[in-house]
Amino acid sequence: MSLSVQDLTIDIGGRRVVDGVSFTVPDGARVGLIGESGSGKSLTALAILGLLPDAATVGGRILWDDRDLRDLDDRTLARIRGREIGMVFQEPQTALNPVRRVGRQMTESLRIHTGRSRADAASRAIELAERMALPDPARIVRRYPHQLSGGQRQRVALAAALACAPRLIIADEPTTALDVTVQAGILTLLRDLVEDEGRGLLFITHDLAVLSLVATRGVVLHRGRVVEDAPVQALLTAPASEITRGLLRDARATSWSPQTQTPSETPQGEERR
Amino acid sequence: MSRAALRRQRRARLRARRWGWLGRLWALGTGRFGLLVVAAVTLTALVAAVWTPFDPQQVDLAARWSAPGLDHPLGTDGSGRDILSLLMAGARTTILVAVGAGLIATALGLVLAALGALTTRVVRESVAVLIDILIAFPVLLIAMMISAVWGGSLAVVVWSVGIGFGVNIARVTRPELRRVLHSDVVLAGKAAGLTPVQNLARHLLPHVAPVFIVQLSWGMAVAVLAEAGLSYLGFGAPVTDPSWGLLLAELQQYLTVYPLSVLWPGLAITVTVLGLNLLGDGLREATDPTLRTARGAARAARTHMPEVVA
Repeated sequence: MSLSVQDLTIDIGGRRVVDGVSFTVPDGARVGLIGESGSGKSLTALAILGLLPDAATVGGRILWDDRDLRDLDDRTLARIRGREIGMVFQEPQTALNPVRRVGRQMTESLRIHTGRSRADAASRAIELAERMALPDPARIVRRYPHQLSGGQRQRVALAAALACAPRLIIADEPTTALDVTVQAGILTLLRDLVEDEGRGLLFITHDLAVLSLVATRGVVLHRGRVVEDAPVQALLTAPASEITRGLLRDARATSWSPQTQTPSETPQGEERR
Repeated sequence: MSRAALRRQRRARLRARRWGWLGRLWALGTGRFGLLVVAAVTLTALVAAVWTPFDPQQVDLAARWSAPGLDHPLGTDGSGRDILSLLMAGARTTILVAVGAGLIATALGLVLAALGALTTRVVRESVAVLIDILIAFPVLLIAMMISAVWGGSLAVVVWSVGIGFGVNIARVTRPELRRVLHSDVVLAGKAAGLTPVQNLARHLLPHVAPVFIVQLSWGMAVAVLAEAGLSYLGFGAPVTDPSWGLLLAELQQYLTVYPLSVLWPGLAITVTVLGLNLLGDGLREATDPTLRTARGAARAARTHMPEVVA
């Protein structure tokens, strides 16, 4: 009962961009994939759900409950996406549909997977908005993405990923596009949601400070290979590889430290009219 | 801002809330005009199907060229036919052509655009080339050619304008579809477990709708013009059918003698075409949620939409 990636390889245009990556995310565990840009971490995340473009060739095994996701046909895979494994993207601005109300988008996977009625989904959307600590849930679900602030949009995207109560959430740099104060609020929310309900989390980031806030284990990638796989505490205190030490220096260099920051997301731009 | 202006603005907002996009369409000057014109023409066509003041083809030589008056509100033509009745009956033809051509153009345009955007590379590229070739042929010329060879009829007009504009719509919609296809929205939809068809209906089509609506209304306006033009030239409706173009052709021979009579069919064509264009523009603006609250320059910047002219 877990996600297990074994010897994953990804080739794009004859170039091997992910080379033999293996790691597991046990049920309820919070694992981080960390590495600088171009290390293949996002590609790995996309490959898990079979979302890579046709130009990419994927090798290796991606086991989900002893089933290889790569062997499944499109229909079975579509049933797993959103229902068993939810995904949050980096840019809520572009991942949300600008012409549909946020409430409808939050419950999209719910409606297609469980066939709930529209009215049922609408009330569920308000519950979800409340759970995401969005202000004035009954009104906000009737708004459009451009009427929300960046942090609120990412909360909507998070709600959409959680709507079907998936056992695993894959979050691909969900806070990179946000400013730091908003970032802290989203990260604590994500951690709490995952922790309270015993879901698994695969968190992708380039920032060791962010990783330490949400994950308990970190898999460090460099040029498509795993260079270190250890508990986050060990990565922070006794990094074994030079790559991890570099990431640690970067995290220290940024003035912001997530542990000391109080989450205080202001609903800025919320009343933009 | 004056108090009256404020009150007007509040009323507009209230209306928008109650009537949704229809209320917003009404709040736009252009949208309101387009809506009224199209509604009026449609209503006239419906009424004309059951009742016109006179039988449009009834010849009354005693009342030749009578001036507008109580009997004949818009006067009569050279054989004493009532111009108002002819116009009303002609509205039927106009609506038929506009709707027929619109439906064909929609179906063809969407199918071609989908084939050109969503299929495998070979199919996709060949469809794109095909569209580019087809778009090179002017719609009116093809319609005239077909009419000249197989005889003119309204069906020829409807099909040729429908196909011609279907290609046009495909040409504009295809790159838009391609762009949205590679957007995060579609990827996120896929990650949420949407099948390709569900993704198309929920994310792709709503995204291309604005471009599509503008093209479609433009296409319908051109269809009206094409029908009038072809009928005028004798390639469209047979002379026994009521048509604005035919009427215009007939009356303009007497332009120097009875200049007023030509005004009516000409006015009908012009206003209908203008109304269709403005309705399309208004619809696009009213259905785009990001424009709803934008004003001034922001609105102007976002409503700019390059058009491909037939």
